[in-house]
Amino acid sequence: MPANAIIEVKGISKTYEGGVEALAGIDLALPQGMLSTLLGPSGCGKTTLLKIIAGLIPPSQGEVWVKGQKVDGPGPERAFVFQDFALLPWGSVLRNVAFGLELRGVAKDEREQIARKHIHEVGLKSFESSYPHQLSGGMRQRVGLARALTVDADIILMDEPFSSVDEQTRRKFQEELLDLLRHKKKTVIFVTHSIEEAVYLSDRIVLLSPRPGKISQIIESNIDRQDENPEEIRRDKNYLDTVDRIWQILKQYV
Amino acid sequence: MIVFGKRIPMLFSLLAWCVIWEIIGRAKLSTIVPPFSGVLAAGITIVPTPKFSTAVSISLRSFALGMSLALLVGIPLGVLMARVASVGKILGLWVNIFISAPISALVPILMAVIGIGESTVVVTVFLFAVFVIVIDTHVGIKQADRSLVEMARCFGATRSQVYTKVLFLCALPEILAGVRLGVIRGVKGVVIGQLLIAIIGVGELFELYSQHFLMEEFWALVIVVFTFAFVVSESVAFLERRVEYYASTR
Amino acid sequence: MHRSLPPFAWQLISFALVFGIWEFAGRWPISLAFPSFSQTLLALFSMIADGSLAKAYLITLQPLVIGIALSSIAGIGFGIAMGLSRSVEWFSLPVMIVLQAAPMAAIIPLLTYIYGIGLTSKVLAVVVLASPVIVMNSYKGIRNANPSLIEMCRAFLGTRQQEIVKIILPHASALIFAGLRLGLAMGFIGIVIAELLITPTGIGDLITYNSSVADYPNMFAAIVSIIIFAALTIHALERLERKLFPPEIRGLENAR
Repeated sequence: MPANAIIEVKGISKTYEGGVEALAGIDLALPQGMLSTLLGPSGCGKTTLLKIIAGLIPPSQGEVWVKGQKVDGPGPERAFVFQDFALLPWGSVLRNVAFGLELRGVAKDEREQIARKHIHEVGLKSFESSYPHQLSGGMRQRVGLARALTVDADIILMDEPFSSVDEQTRRKFQEELLDLLRHKKKTVIFVTHSIEEAVYLSDRIVLLSPRPGKISQIIESNIDRQDENPEEIRRDKNYLDTVDRIWQILKQYV
Repeated sequence: MIVFGKRIPMLFSLLAWCVIWEIIGRAKLSTIVPPFSGVLAAGITIVPTPKFSTAVSISLRSFALGMSLALLVGIPLGVLMARVASVGKILGLWVNIFISAPISALVPILMAVIGIGESTVVVTVFLFAVFVIVIDTHVGIKQADRSLVEMARCFGATRSQVYTKVLFLCALPEILAGVRLGVIRGVKGVVIGQLLIAIIGVGELFELYSQHFLMEEFWALVIVVFTFAFVVSESVAFLERRVEYYASTR
Repeated sequence: MHRSLPPFAWQLISFALVFGIWEFAGRWPISLAFPSFSQTLLALFSMIADGSLAKAYLITLQPLVIGIALSSIAGIGFGIAMGLSRSVEWFSLPVMIVLQAAPMAAIIPLLTYIYGIGLTSKVLAVVVLASPVIVMNSYKGIRNANPSLIEMCRAFLGTRQQEIVKIILPHASALIFAGLRLGLAMGFIGIVIAELLITPTGIGDLITYNSSVADYPNMFAAIVSIIIFAALTIHALERLERKLFPPEIRGLENAR
């Protein structure tokens, strides 16, 4: 296990009621300060694994260690971004973003101040008093992201966060996410089934094969994200090669 | 509920209640609650009697007649309201008033106009059941997938084919929901009608048993009637579940 | 072409049509007992004028209001308990489903014989009819809580209590309110049956008395008044419900 692994997954298996084996024997180390992606076709258990790391689902076997502590439920060092946004429909954007702090008992003024900062950060400055139904899908996910940033967790877990928005918004999000994370010292674990998205965003890609979910390969990205302009990445030769390489591996599982 | 590690289905809670009933009855905790076994015994005695079977058969007859009328009038009316805008707007007001109104208030006037007899009960059942059937049919047809109708027309369906092959089936889950609620209301209609009109029927029996504090007979009759209401509504619910798989809009 | 008429014009046409047919039917000699629209309207005004209608409503509304208040408090509380606790649910759900389908009105005569002809049996009649639907709606409101929101709450370290107060209850409040509205409708039914069966007072008295002296316009006017009163009250609640709980706030994207 590398020295800077912030998440260690040891022998995780998960079988659901009814006998569906979602994951079989996952061993994994995820490095601190980097964006790692769990990538694979449907049925490979990537969301299950993410939720086990988040502490939302208990594993059938094995353990997850985060920052040297064993996981047995959600914790303040991990924040989750949901695929279907999971926003309170009766709450304003401000309330939703501050919700994580509200649950921890932080005083209203304080938590709203922090929330405002992150609302501004994700580009929703004038929408503080709006309600989810007044926002587009893309804007709703920004709220979800702002909410995760507001609780200042070390690890952000993102479950196919851009799959419910249209293609153009998705590409914009990917670029903005890289920008946003550039100056923060966050660890991000990302789940997606899109190869391009994974290669674009990740420093490390964990390929999972389906039924039951197992690790197929781990690919380290050799795209230089710090210097390169986000828009240039898609023309980088390494990017194109990696996408193709992954597709050749995953093709057999579809 | 998990006992000794085994999951017990919810239906068994009814058995648990029967046991509790028995205990309360035997402990004589209340004058109106006899032991469950006594109720069962009374039930077995009264059911074969001619008084009981006459009351039940008359009630069933009124129920069946009233419900059939409600279906024959209610469903076509609902369809008409959904397809012809003016009819929908004119009748909609009244249907919405009467669906939650205390229809039992109308029974005295029905008694005065139609007379004291079974026909009044039939009309009561009809009035209790018809409005919810009309509204649910209306909603069902209105919400039927427009694109399916267009598709049928594209492939040359005649007017009646559009109705029978597409619209009605699309609306069927909603219509059955209305029928189920209508059936429940219909049973209430029979009982309430017979109570208020005080003629032969289960309503009269309820009144009789209450008056003479024949508690065991009373609760036996309650079980019979309540079970009937439950069985009929669950049968419709069963049909409803069978067509629900294509009801995406609900 | 139909679309050019505003909705209240249609309502006027509707009223005019029905009242016209009613007037006609009343004058036609099908039955002495069936009053025409104008006769009923006159009788209604006279009863309002001499105060008998107001007096009757004062008496009728008492057990209704008390009964609904009791059913609401107990019913919502119990429904929430059913929704939150699997054990309570296991014991109560089959019974509640039967009670919702059952003609509870059958119990009303029994109530009279036990509790007498006073306020108690009338309040109980309302409670017995209104409670099942209030309980079931509260229960369904709790059970249908959005699982995604609950998961989100857990992910952000919410306790079970926070889950209930911040997620489940707000989500359930729409259905609970709907249950109250339906319960009120059942309450009206209960009080009418009670007053017609039990020694009548209030509106029931007006109806039965006028029936016994064959004053059909008065009788019908009383009946019409309770139906309209019930319809208006419930309609008002429905509008309030739509205002307080629009589908967007409930998170129903493709709501009717």
